[in-house]
Amino acid sequence: MSEGTEQEANSHEIKPSNSKVIKKLVLVVFAMFGFGFGLVPLYDVFCDITGLNGKTNTVGVAYAADGIDTSRTIKVQFITRMAKGIPWKFEPVINEISVHPGEMKFVNFYAKNQSQRDIIGQAVPSVSPGLAAGYFQKIECFCFTQQPLKAGEEVEMGLQFYVDLDLPSEITTLTLSYTLYDISGKADS
Amino acid sequence: MTTETINESLDDSHNDDHHDHKMTGMKRWLYTTNHKDIGTLYLWFAFIMFLTGGALAMVIRIELFQPGLQIVEPDFFNQLTTVHGLIMVFGAIMPAFTGFANWMVPMMIGAPDMALPRMNNWSFWILPFAFAILLGSFFMESGAPNFGWTFYAPLSTTYSNGSTAFFVFAVHIMGISSIMGAINIVVTIMNLRAPGMTYMKMPLFVWTFFITAYLLIAVMPVLAGVVTMLLTDTYFGTSFFDAAGGGDPVMFQHIFWFFGHPEVYIMILPAFGIVSTIIPAFSRKKLFGYSSMVYATSSIALLSFIVWAHHMFTTGMPLFGELFFMYCTMLIAVPTGVKVFNWVATMWRGSLTFETPMLFSIAFVILFTIGGFSGLMLALTPVDFQYHDTYFVVAHFHYVLVTGSLFSIYAGAYFWLPKWTGNMYNESLAKWHFWSSLISVNLLFFPMHFLGLAGMPRRIPDYALQFADFNKWVSIGGFAFGLSQLIFLAVVIKCIKGGDKAPAKPWDGAEGLEWTVASPAPYHTFSTPPKVD
Amino acid sequence: MSRGNQSWLMGAWLFITGLLSSSAWADTQLNLTKGVTAVSREVYDLHMLVLYICTAIGIVVFGAMFWSMFFHRKSKGAKAADFHESTKVEILWTAIPIVILIAMAVPATSTLIDMENNDDSEVTIQITGSQWKWHYKYFDQNIEYYSVLSTPREEYENQNGSFAGNGNAKNDNYLLEVDKPLVIPANKKVRFLITSDDVIHSWWIPAFAVKQDANPGFINEAWTNVDIPGVYRGQCAELCGKDHGFMPIVVEVKSPEDYEVWLNEQHALTAQAADAEKASLSTSISKEELMQLGEATYMAHCAACHQPTGLGLPPTFPALKGSVVATQGSIADHISFVQNGKGMMPPFGKQLSLKEIAAVVTYERNAWGNDTGDIVQSSDVKAASEE
Repeated sequence: MSEGTEQEANSHEIKPSNSKVIKKLVLVVFAMFGFGFGLVPLYDVFCDITGLNGKTNTVGVAYAADGIDTSRTIKVQFITRMAKGIPWKFEPVINEISVHPGEMKFVNFYAKNQSQRDIIGQAVPSVSPGLAAGYFQKIECFCFTQQPLKAGEEVEMGLQFYVDLDLPSEITTLTLSYTLYDISGKADS
Repeated sequence: MTTETINESLDDSHNDDHHDHKMTGMKRWLYTTNHKDIGTLYLWFAFIMFLTGGALAMVIRIELFQPGLQIVEPDFFNQLTTVHGLIMVFGAIMPAFTGFANWMVPMMIGAPDMALPRMNNWSFWILPFAFAILLGSFFMESGAPNFGWTFYAPLSTTYSNGSTAFFVFAVHIMGISSIMGAINIVVTIMNLRAPGMTYMKMPLFVWTFFITAYLLIAVMPVLAGVVTMLLTDTYFGTSFFDAAGGGDPVMFQHIFWFFGHPEVYIMILPAFGIVSTIIPAFSRKKLFGYSSMVYATSSIALLSFIVWAHHMFTTGMPLFGELFFMYCTMLIAVPTGVKVFNWVATMWRGSLTFETPMLFSIAFVILFTIGGFSGLMLALTPVDFQYHDTYFVVAHFHYVLVTGSLFSIYAGAYFWLPKWTGNMYNESLAKWHFWSSLISVNLLFFPMHFLGLAGMPRRIPDYALQFADFNKWVSIGGFAFGLSQLIFLAVVIKCIKGGDKAPAKPWDGAEGLEWTVASPAPYHTFSTPPKVD
Repeated sequence: MSRGNQSWLMGAWLFITGLLSSSAWADTQLNLTKGVTAVSREVYDLHMLVLYICTAIGIVVFGAMFWSMFFHRKSKGAKAADFHESTKVEILWTAIPIVILIAMAVPATSTLIDMENNDDSEVTIQITGSQWKWHYKYFDQNIEYYSVLSTPREEYENQNGSFAGNGNAKNDNYLLEVDKPLVIPANKKVRFLITSDDVIHSWWIPAFAVKQDANPGFINEAWTNVDIPGVYRGQCAELCGKDHGFMPIVVEVKSPEDYEVWLNEQHALTAQAADAEKASLSTSISKEELMQLGEATYMAHCAACHQPTGLGLPPTFPALKGSVVATQGSIADHISFVQNGKGMMPPFGKQLSLKEIAAVVTYERNAWGNDTGDIVQSSDVKAASEE
């Protein structure tokens, strides 16, 4: 029996008080709630590293390639799409160009607001294959900012980019897609 | 065990400071802090929700009985599938397990009650409100949620029918309820074990609920987070999941499934615990490989945090991401296999009898394993491209949730009904329940494999003609399964009203502290802790 | 137990006779399709491999279970043995599954690598999901069109019919037919760039083993190389709202020669349509003709949401009967709504001709007692969009 009491005393010693355990668990709950939101920036980091979903840089980068690799030619295709409810015409001036890694290129996109009201547009870029997204460097792009167009206004918008030298060798075609959204209601004033 | 006469000392509850058992009628149930009362409330609530969700499923099966739109509009059909899923997951399976935890965990570890009885009352009584909101949305102008129980953005944000706010509020309440329940279970198990009951001496049942509770605490807040983002995206102009504002709809799926996959194990680990209690009892042999069962359960729980993206292979992941999640997912087959092998080894060279709890447990092992096989097939990314979002997936998760979780709940209910009510249930009626459920559930879900392989997508209100024959049979199986569940209701009511008096330990092979107290279990048990060697 | 066995047998017998008595049974497919591409066949082989492995494991495990259920039962006098652990056995049945899993992972990995190699395609097609239709655009070809379910509403709307019989008669490709299928050449690598205008859709053709989500704002890639010309059918595989079950995918695979012929036809058709648009600008159509064409257009493109009665499905899909836009609002605004869409309303400017838009606007302003008396001509549509 003495062994039993000893064990009892023992187990009392190792057991923390209820309130301590509860405090810890509640802390975990709040931490995990925060972690849910923390996944948002984490996801962006993850996307940057892996090129998940073809996300590309949203702020211009400086040209930083070390020369041009003329031994490789990459096909870059441009496609556009209007989201629901934006009455614009929006298309690439040329569909496709060939570039060497490291070579800087400039292309134009044509946009026209076909409606009778002023609309602020936002083009969202996406690169496929996703793995290539991290190697597609935009130096200057209209998609970095919002595009306000007056009723009936038309404009040519530029994109300046280069493809990194260390683009994985199995990739020979790159597609850049822009989806255009009407953000008049949400735009920063 | 030195606890055989403990129950005698427990009957003198007049000197204890709980007064709630003297209340009568509604008040007793509203104010109760007794773990047995709350367990009973949870179990009845779960059963009512099960019948409600089942009724929705019946409408779905009537609609799908033959090709053509028959009785509901496509949009209402989506509301039916959505609410059916939400109710079955959050209203039926999870509360049923919480009910088991409340009733059995204190009795199995020799504790007088749950550690936090008042919170226990709260965590139950907010649940009915959550489901009143969810079901009430059927009668609102917007209609009920119609974006699937997985509520993928932007269908649930920009393109929702206006039910998102109700939905988010209901999920928040369910989440708070689950988290409080889980904290209670963890604290109870950590602090109220009888002297001498070390962790590795706890019944496996207690272990599985312990691990499940940790999973709940870890992932329910993530669900709360993701529905909050959904809410602000829909109503407050944020752009977490809206590409126009720099967000990403695929990120929604990542966060949702980071909750969603552990959630799947939240619904199956307690089932492992129940079955691991029942099979040894009716094999009259100790559970084979107790410690490996504990390790297997823990490793399944840990692995569940790194496999979430296997729900998302078709969303366009980079190759190495697909490979990583495929390998991790396949790895889960190993601890799960260990469990199945251990159950078979427990039965091997035992002395088997086949009372209803055992029948449900055996059916669980076989049918859950079939669900596991289809799970393994789904884990292989290239083939998943063909299975994903078809009836093959529907068949898979109904095998693990209906013939898995639900069957284990039935097994446990039959096993402990004598302890809960003091009466034996009607064995032949219970066998009718088992056999009719077993046949109809397979008629209901097995042909879904064929439908999925033949190319029928899930969540569609009408289908091409080549799917007509199987759908007819699936519907017939569905109606038969639905009706069979009413037999269970009859068995339970009969058992509460009367029947042969149950002895303290009605199953000769059963082990555990709960069998050392009288049947029905006295209102207060183990006021003085038992000693465990 | 014996009663149990009887009801088992009864159920099994009922099931089997039921299955056999079904008339259309011969067409029913049980297994995954082998498909018509190298990848789809690899996928099928992988599927069968895993199926066989699972079946074999099932036979061993369930066999052992049934063995103990028959021979180790108490009623046969079985005494329970005492063992309850064995490290050796437990290590063994952890190790064996790992070996089996590796055996599955090897072919799965190589198939996956094949599937993800999108390079060196000869044809590129941009696929866009849009509630609830598909849009196909041939890269570099100036060919683009929508592909919409062509099964008539009468075939699937049975709500007022009876359960007796199969309701309304259904044709063989019920719910799996579209007005204009996607056309691709055989024996060429075709690359799909998949995106969406609104919610997430998923483009799936089982025979190609291609299923890829269409995410709004992002593109996904998939590819196929079909050996055998023919018509292949699939469906949208991701819940996308009300008519998720009604946006099938049909792909017509033509031999490369026939594909070239088809391309030329399409170019000619595009030119013709442009001419027709021009011609329609200078002709006026009678109200009767407009109403007739308007009703047909409305039923094909608008009735799914706004309903044939014009009452819509509020609150998501507003009524047009007596609505502000269709009665009091200006014609120009009404045209702009149809052409450009707004919010949930998709734009139809690219999908419908000027004449059709004129007709449908006329119809909406005069049907269901809206009786505004307005008549809209193609030239009005053109003017409204250029204002």
